[in-house]
Amino acid sequence: MYVELENINKHFGDFQAAKDISFGIEKGKLIALLGPSGSGKTTILRMIAGLETPDSGNIKIDGKIVNQISAGRRKIGFVFQNYALFRYMTVFENIAFGLKVEKKSKKEIKERVTELIELVGLKGMENRYPNQLSGGQKQRVAFARALAPNPQLLLLDEPFAAIDAKVRLELRTWLREMIDRVGITSIFVTHDQDEAIEVADEIIVTNKGRIEQIGSPEEIYRNPKTAFVAQFIGQTAVILEKKLETFTFPEDTKGIIIRPEFVSVTKKDEPMRYAASALRGTVENIKFCGNNLELKVRRGSHVFTAYRHLEDAPVKKGEEVNLFIYRVFAYRDGGISLVENDTLRAGDSFII
Amino acid sequence: MKILLITVSVLYIGLLLVLPLIFVLIQAFGNGLQDYLANITDEYTVKAVELTLLATVTALLVNTIFGLFAAWAVTKFQFRGKKVVTTMIDLPLSISPVIAGLIFILTFGRSSPLFDYFNQMNLKIAYAVPGVLLVTVFVTFPFISREIIPVLLAQGKDEEEAAALMGAGGFEIFRKITFPHIKWAMLYGVVLCTARAMGEFGAVSVISGNLRGKTNTIPLHVQILYNEFKYAPAFAVSSVLVVMAIIILVVRSIVEYRWKK
Repeated sequence: MYVELENINKHFGDFQAAKDISFGIEKGKLIALLGPSGSGKTTILRMIAGLETPDSGNIKIDGKIVNQISAGRRKIGFVFQNYALFRYMTVFENIAFGLKVEKKSKKEIKERVTELIELVGLKGMENRYPNQLSGGQKQRVAFARALAPNPQLLLLDEPFAAIDAKVRLELRTWLREMIDRVGITSIFVTHDQDEAIEVADEIIVTNKGRIEQIGSPEEIYRNPKTAFVAQFIGQTAVILEKKLETFTFPEDTKGIIIRPEFVSVTKKDEPMRYAASALRGTVENIKFCGNNLELKVRRGSHVFTAYRHLEDAPVKKGEEVNLFIYRVFAYRDGGISLVENDTLRAGDSFII
Repeated sequence: MKILLITVSVLYIGLLLVLPLIFVLIQAFGNGLQDYLANITDEYTVKAVELTLLATVTALLVNTIFGLFAAWAVTKFQFRGKKVVTTMIDLPLSISPVIAGLIFILTFGRSSPLFDYFNQMNLKIAYAVPGVLLVTVFVTFPFISREIIPVLLAQGKDEEEAAALMGAGGFEIFRKITFPHIKWAMLYGVVLCTARAMGEFGAVSVISGNLRGKTNTIPLHVQILYNEFKYAPAFAVSSVLVVMAIIILVVRSIVEYRWKK
């Protein structure tokens, strides 16, 4: 493991921002620290950088314990949420700063900065000041500045939070490409699941100062290990009762979590394989999402979210529809399991 | 409405500021230019101007350094008693200058337990130049730090942290990141501090003992002359202070203009 955290704890007054955090990161990987705000993800990042000191536990980079090494000597590149560009310096001077600190020769600095400016596609903007740049451009400068001294690890704190939605998508892909090209081990913090799933090799989900789950985006999405992860990832509905027709739940089930893709909605006259065991619900709301429709279907006191294709026969608000739930996550204390509809297990023999 | 507002403002300024200023000058030059020059080159006047400048420069130096340190400490670090320190910085603003002078008399004068100690060291503070310098520093204490603190607070710590992460040392960070940011705020504070230091009367008056040629600053000298019914000299010396104030005003406008840019 290239970066390792061992039993890290951190308090801010009475608030515990990190509880017994341990994880390892392989060299060359891009890792996302994903969690809601206040979940401790930024604190973890700042401790790795040396901007905060853990109360207990060890942080290792490349096999060495760095707890006692000051932030400036850890050879870490850091991209701040608001970029923290030096506002009284030009783009060139910003990127050159770390190299000047290292007392590199003028010629070396010029070469390296020019190379980086070309890499991030800001040629011709060397002499601009940060307030003359757009959000996306600032982000690129911050990235180049962090990379200039050839750090061994790159940390990014909510790198896309301050950028508008359209540019954000573009920049995500760009950042992934850049990191691949440079080949640097990177950790970024985000509260946006789409961002983490799309960009990261591995996701560390944090909640209330603890790590909930570590895994590849697919693993996290398909096999959430805790109720929190199941709810946090994907668009989910939570039902606190453990009763649902045609489902058999384990004894200790506390509640169930349903994702939209677990639910199929069909019109009453539409052929449907499991129509016999489908539930009845009323369409409460229809949202047009471009390539599909998002339906809110009410059954009793519960509202289910489901998708329908644009090509399917249109449904109307207030229409009574068939609602079939293929599978759900059933959670209990300390675990979660995927439970399939009994009808599916009963198999084909029921079809007439 | 516009005309009314402008008229009122102009009248107000004229009555309260310009008119008295004109009277000062009329009185000062009442006995002719020769007399005016004689008055402002008078031995005691020159001494008073010298002491005022000395007190002002001392206050500037001490408070600039202190102001920077205090503002830096209060905005960039977390520590116990930070609120107390912040409040204490503002204390001289809420204390009447006369009281401030008295505090120093009580602390360093004959009745103080510290008096013997300083006496042995041959250091006279109350009714002497060190006392004048001390109270001037005291009353102008908050001016510079108060200008810098809000600017530093607004800036946050990110840029400094970014520089620290790249290996820059404390002094380098200050010189390259923090100082360019607070430069104009600091200069503005320096201007305010200068104006206040030059004009200070109450506190200095209490501690100086009005020793002519020794502990007299310009405002005190003016008062002495006035009390002796020497109107022309009093106003002539006043005009010196007025000129100094106008210079400060011009500098202040320049600083304000550059800061906004």
